[in-house]
Amino acid sequence: MSSSLAIEPELDEAPSEEPRRADWLGHGRAAGWRDFKALPMPHRLDEKWRFSPVKDLDLSVYNRALPVPPAVREGLIGRCSGLAESAGRMVFANDHLVEREVYSKELARKGVIWAPIEKAAVEHEEIFRRHFMTQEVVLGSKKFAALHKAMVKSGVFLYVPRGVEVELPIEVFHWLHGAGASSFPHTLLVAEEMSKVTLIDYFESADADAPGFACGVNDLHLGPGANLTYVSVQNWSRKALSFQINSTVVSRDASALSMNLNLGAAVARAESVSRLVGTGGRSDMLAVTVASGAQQFDQRTLQDHQQPNTTSDLLYKNVLSDKARTIFSGLIRVEPHAHRTDAYQKVRNLLLSDDAEANSMPGLEILADEVRCSHGATSGQIDEEELFYLLSRGIPPPAAKKLVTAGFLNEVVERLPSRAVKDKLRGLIEARQ
Amino acid sequence: MNSLIIKDLHVSVAEREIVRGLDLEVERGKVHAIMGPNGSGKSTLAKVLGGHPDYRVTSGEVWMDGVNLLELEPDERSRKGLFLAFQYPSEVPGVSIANFLRAALQARLGEGEELEATDYYAKLYEKMALLEMDRSFTARSVNENFSGGEKKRNEILQMAMLEPSYGILDETDSGLDIDALKIVANGVNSLRGPELGILLITHYQRLLNFIVPDYVHVMMQGRIVLSGGKELAFELEEKGYDWVKEEAGELAAV
Repeated sequence: MSSSLAIEPELDEAPSEEPRRADWLGHGRAAGWRDFKALPMPHRLDEKWRFSPVKDLDLSVYNRALPVPPAVREGLIGRCSGLAESAGRMVFANDHLVEREVYSKELARKGVIWAPIEKAAVEHEEIFRRHFMTQEVVLGSKKFAALHKAMVKSGVFLYVPRGVEVELPIEVFHWLHGAGASSFPHTLLVAEEMSKVTLIDYFESADADAPGFACGVNDLHLGPGANLTYVSVQNWSRKALSFQINSTVVSRDASALSMNLNLGAAVARAESVSRLVGTGGRSDMLAVTVASGAQQFDQRTLQDHQQPNTTSDLLYKNVLSDKARTIFSGLIRVEPHAHRTDAYQKVRNLLLSDDAEANSMPGLEILADEVRCSHGATSGQIDEEELFYLLSRGIPPPAAKKLVTAGFLNEVVERLPSRAVKDKLRGLIEARQ
Repeated sequence: MNSLIIKDLHVSVAEREIVRGLDLEVERGKVHAIMGPNGSGKSTLAKVLGGHPDYRVTSGEVWMDGVNLLELEPDERSRKGLFLAFQYPSEVPGVSIANFLRAALQARLGEGEELEATDYYAKLYEKMALLEMDRSFTARSVNENFSGGEKKRNEILQMAMLEPSYGILDETDSGLDIDALKIVANGVNSLRGPELGILLITHYQRLLNFIVPDYVHVMMQGRIVLSGGKELAFELEEKGYDWVKEEAGELAAV
């Protein structure tokens, strides 16, 4: 384990034509770098890193990603496989914007801001600054959030004004190219009062076997009554190290549904926090993980009920084969005055191999009254009678297991509101099995 | 050649012998009913023919159209033309009936062959109409939250779609009210024909009013103790099984 980096932030990068950026984004960079260097690397005795493969977090082998040559760029744009219909699409390669297409009028409508963050930080400084990395990182990855802040170059800023509904999903592709390259993708979404939007992030490696490092931050802010569906498809190379720090802030009567589809990386850690800060808010936290080979997925969650009459519903499902490992640690916290809260947390592990290992650590911290809470984690193998039933219809064992597995994960996928998105995710899961 | 032949079959479950020397031949085009009291080994016979891993054949033979059935894996048995309608069909959460049946039919095609979607749905809807099943059924997860009647109809729907040479129907009448029983029986009757042999396993004579068998066998203590025509079923209904027990006892004593 080493916290020394082959990469260094571009602290002196302050071209004269962008003085305002140098003012504060550059300032944040320096602060992030200081914090990163000052904070300790995770230790296996740290409760927030319990069971984590902390010895595999060697950052010294990664380097700064270079801009990709035009021919490669075109190739990657061509490989972006999203939905048949979307409102728009942005493509990043090694943290450089390489394509931005707007397909739907709704997205071009007055008031919707959809721009790479380095542009948004300058052109919409006030609103950007009000939301950029304002959420405290509480699940263990403070050091990596600081690193992100120091290194972030690009990503998406999406601002949906009051009452605006964007019907079709917006898609963003992040490509990592080059052996040992690193990426710091950022997503900042602000959905104002009574707005509605769906955003999908795809994280992919150009070379499925190249080592790489990703350290991303997603911040989703929902105004009163806003409705957001957010999907992240983590499909980095099977040799990548990935950190994803997600936060959702749900205001009064707003509804957020987030889905993490975890397919790629050798070691991936995802921290997801939902903060219910207004009465009547709701957050659905979903995840599907397909773990095989020696992959390790480490998922940490917090459902933070700060106000009364709020609801959170977490459903995480993991399918493990070979020697794969998953870790889940989740906490439901209901603050003293957050009465009449409904909070659910359900983790299901399907073990397809005797060598696979699933660790689940559900937790509750309830300080209010009149609360409905349930949490539970189970692990099991494919039911023998169910398998025999499929075999008895002539379905060969490998196909039967695949079908049962897809069915197991389908319960999560079905929670998404859009048919097209559901079909897309099912296709990605099937291709991965 | 064209029959399912069971010769002196012995089956154990967890070291306990349940089927003890059973002989039976089911020809294609015929319906044989096996009746018998609880614990006579009827359902064990169905499971072992299907190839359930918990049931061990200790001796005997089973031939299906000249093929040694006991050498085949459960999925191979199905693809070779055997169908088992379960007494208690399993739930397959998250897998729709449409996808489940498509996978079963796809498994019957050669490598590189793809099931033709339009034909598939046309056939599926036709068979569903036969069983008075609503089309929305295809999107439901297999057997999940199904009523007893829906489960049994779903079993017969699968038989209709997979077109087996031999269908073994294990207590297909259990848990059905009279209306559901009629629908299921109509479905089975519509499949009857020279290419299909049916083995109907039941506890009650009631089912045989609707699916009239060619032969009736009585199973007790793991073997067939009495065989006859369809009228045998009425006799059993009238007199119960005790009478057969006495007669079987006499037979055994001879």
